[in-house]
Amino acid sequence: MIGRNRVWQAIVSLLLGTYFGIVMTKAEVVRWARVHDMFLFREPPMYLIITVAIVVAGLSVAILKAMHARGLDGEVIKYKPKPYHLGVIIGGICFGAGWAITGACPGPIYAQLGGMEWMALFTLIGAVMGMYLYAALKPILPH
Amino acid sequence: MDWIMTQPWPWWLSGILIGLTVPLLWFLTGKWFGVSTSLQQLGCTLTPNSNLEYLKSHDRQGNAWTLFFVIGMVLGGYLATRFLMPQPIEFLPSQFKTWQGAVVLLIGGVLVGFGARYAGGCTSGHAITGIANLNWPSLLATICFFIGGLAVTWGLGNYLFGTLLGIN
Repeated sequence: MIGRNRVWQAIVSLLLGTYFGIVMTKAEVVRWARVHDMFLFREPPMYLIITVAIVVAGLSVAILKAMHARGLDGEVIKYKPKPYHLGVIIGGICFGAGWAITGACPGPIYAQLGGMEWMALFTLIGAVMGMYLYAALKPILPH
Repeated sequence: MDWIMTQPWPWWLSGILIGLTVPLLWFLTGKWFGVSTSLQQLGCTLTPNSNLEYLKSHDRQGNAWTLFFVIGMVLGGYLATRFLMPQPIEFLPSQFKTWQGAVVLLIGGVLVGFGARYAGGCTSGHAITGIANLNWPSLLATICFFIGGLAVTWGLGNYLFGTLLGIN
């Protein structure tokens, strides 16, 4: 099954990542000002973009599930649910705070770097540090 | 068709194209769309012999695709700004290009990385893929993203962005 082939997965991921990077940039969701205006309720586009993205993804997934579709890896479509634990709330609030401060969630950080916005290196270094911080604190954090 | 080059893409087109990433990625590779796992994969790459259980237990092979997706997003950001924009795009206000700005971005980045991994996903994995799969913890996570973002913007925004960085 080609979908399981590592080289295929790498090529597809590279191409879809490029596609997603272009779309994020042209949608302007990579701009601090747009994220800031979203949180200030100054303009609707960010909310509309996220809502449409969820609806399109949701309809696609619903159709694929109703068809019992198989991917190119030969597996029938199946989503492994992300579980509930206290981190969904605490981590979620921290993440939202960071998003509002930096104007970037993880995807846009990478697109900003591609757009040669070098200050985004600080955001990326911070995000990797934050990942290590979670890795170190995971044993004692409530889950 | 000039507007494709000269204008930001309208919200409906942007939303549709972002949403389609989910079925495309799933169909072609069997993987579910989510960006913040790449941070964990990056950690495993930077420190392959780490003793941290979170990195030791990480499925490096199964998540190798995330790094290629990251390289793609960087490339996409480059291509869009280089070839699909009439003028340079302002990612961050110029006021961030100071040492205060760097510290603010670093601290904000820590919150992004810590929060996304503690919550188990970010805007892509939780808000888009999770809700699309009717996963209720993902809806809760998304609500919490907005609680955190709104609290910072309305609570600390005047000080953080106004007083400290001088953005009006």
